[in-house]
Amino acid sequence: MKDKNHYLPEMATINEVIQETHNIMTFRVTFNDPGVMENFTFEPGQVGQISSFGTGEATFVINSPPTRKDYLQFSVMRTGEVTSKLHILKAGDQIGVRAPLGNYFPHEDMKGKDIVFIGGGIGMAPLRPLMLYMLDNRNDYGKITLLYGARSPVDMAFNYELPSWLEREDLDTHLTIDAEYEGWQHTVGLIPNVLLDIAPNPENCMAVTCGPPIMIKFTLQALEKLGFKDEQIVTTLEKRMKCGVGICGRCNIGSSYVCMDGPVFTAAQLKELPNEL
Amino acid sequence: MGLVKYLKSADLTPWLEELAQENKVFAPRYEGDAVIFAPFDPKQEISIKHAATMPPKKTVFPQSEKLVDFTYSKDPEDLSRVMIEGKEVLPEGTAVVFGGRPCDVRGFTMFDRVYLAEKTTDVYYKARRDNTSFITLACEKPETTCFCHWVGSSPYDATGSDVLATPIEDGYVLESFSPKGQKLLTSKLLENGDRWISKGQEVNENAVESLTDAPDLSRAPQKLLDVFDNMNFWEKAAAKCLSCGACAYLCPSCYCFNITDETTGMKGTRFRSWDNCMSAQFTMEASGHNPRPTKAHRLKNRVGHKFSYYPGIHDGVISCCGCGRCIKSCPVGIDIREIVQEAINHEPAIG
Repeated sequence: MKDKNHYLPEMATINEVIQETHNIMTFRVTFNDPGVMENFTFEPGQVGQISSFGTGEATFVINSPPTRKDYLQFSVMRTGEVTSKLHILKAGDQIGVRAPLGNYFPHEDMKGKDIVFIGGGIGMAPLRPLMLYMLDNRNDYGKITLLYGARSPVDMAFNYELPSWLEREDLDTHLTIDAEYEGWQHTVGLIPNVLLDIAPNPENCMAVTCGPPIMIKFTLQALEKLGFKDEQIVTTLEKRMKCGVGICGRCNIGSSYVCMDGPVFTAAQLKELPNEL
Repeated sequence: MGLVKYLKSADLTPWLEELAQENKVFAPRYEGDAVIFAPFDPKQEISIKHAATMPPKKTVFPQSEKLVDFTYSKDPEDLSRVMIEGKEVLPEGTAVVFGGRPCDVRGFTMFDRVYLAEKTTDVYYKARRDNTSFITLACEKPETTCFCHWVGSSPYDATGSDVLATPIEDGYVLESFSPKGQKLLTSKLLENGDRWISKGQEVNENAVESLTDAPDLSRAPQKLLDVFDNMNFWEKAAAKCLSCGACAYLCPSCYCFNITDETTGMKGTRFRSWDNCMSAQFTMEASGHNPRPTKAHRLKNRVGHKFSYYPGIHDGVISCCGCGRCIKSCPVGIDIREIVQEAINHEPAIG
């Protein structure tokens, strides 16, 4: 059998572009080959390398859930060269996609448990597919809590979905911003502090968190204070990546490759790795 | 034992010419002050007195190679609509590499564990690896920078080679180690080598005898992890480092790469090129965060990868072939052997 060429992107068309915030855009894409689209499978938390041909590739989580396969969704924060190029794309434009890459959230192990999602800023993107996957398989999980925070309301991605999340009775949604803002009707406060106020019960519960490093650091401390063990905390990392298949050699932390062994790790697994985040 | 043949020194060039009829043949020769592996040219003298300045790494893993060609085409009805097509560019043809040393060729076996892994086979590497044969030259006289015997090899190790050539007076004893190697030894220029076997063995044994004792590196993987957070240790080791990357570019087992795009007009190519972990950009993230912010962090990664992280996931195999090029060519005299030994002997301060 011919070996798969892991470096050859699958061409895809952007069907819809959503301007989430001043620097975050969401792309909804479908593969040009209907057969590829039909047979594409992935798990919540897996990532893809998106090509802007002529500039390069960058890694983004597939933030639509596998239970909703009309399109694949990627949210891109304008940061460097590739993301700047992606930000000028519009519906109908072509991109290359290499996906799915990496491991995924251990949703099988989370069955029957309460789940707490803690997302900060663009860190909400990787949590979104898992949360929607769980909501689409609602009976498999216990209480689901979401704490989503951003610097201000205008920095909050997925704004258009928030009302429906707040409305759901089977999802306990908490929104927070860092400082007072005119018209804001939800919590004001830093994520770790708000988390302590919400005080989720750690018993039979898993916490899933992603966000900027400083937020993660204090969120882990807050979770510990609440009685969460390292095994009950799951996060997802990002590193500079090129190949995405464990070869090119830059996303390693000791013997572990974030692109293959990650990006999803439990806090317990991270403590086993050399300190090089 | 495979086929054993004898080749007269005078027949080396004709033999390589013969092999060049069906294969691209690479052999070491001078280019400026350096000995590099270049396409064989009977008019240019081969240089095999010492190991080449650059290993034959590029024969299987080119310094820069095409991965994907892409073309843009505009929709004539709507010029803002640009379609893109990407096409893989796979290497073709067979190659024979003459004159690599056992360390050089063994380096590819360290690539193999990563590039030929079951689920993530690298099709570009595999195409060249499968179609390249190695006629490796056993070392008669290891140099002071050589330490292949520290890392599980020897001056006449045939691991990864198709033919091992041991130089004896006026010729070479050639032994095949693979079906590809057997095929290479069918030339009429070669004679039966049985009566030269003992001569060859003598050369091999003398080479081994000239080696100094090898230290035990079995504790290196754990010891390097033990000093991971000891930045004093690494700052001292890297104090002189210029971050030039010569060590990585000259290393037969350094396999990291970068992927970059180049475009001209409506066409472009995605290339893969050698990269090196001594560079600050290697792990620099778009946000500005760099998990390996100083040269000390980066040297730690290079040594750690070879002597700890790689062995940790590849059955204890050290991903250093002991060729000593990083020592010989380092402009400031950093010696990886010293760093590994210092890590092994390092005792944490008490209190």
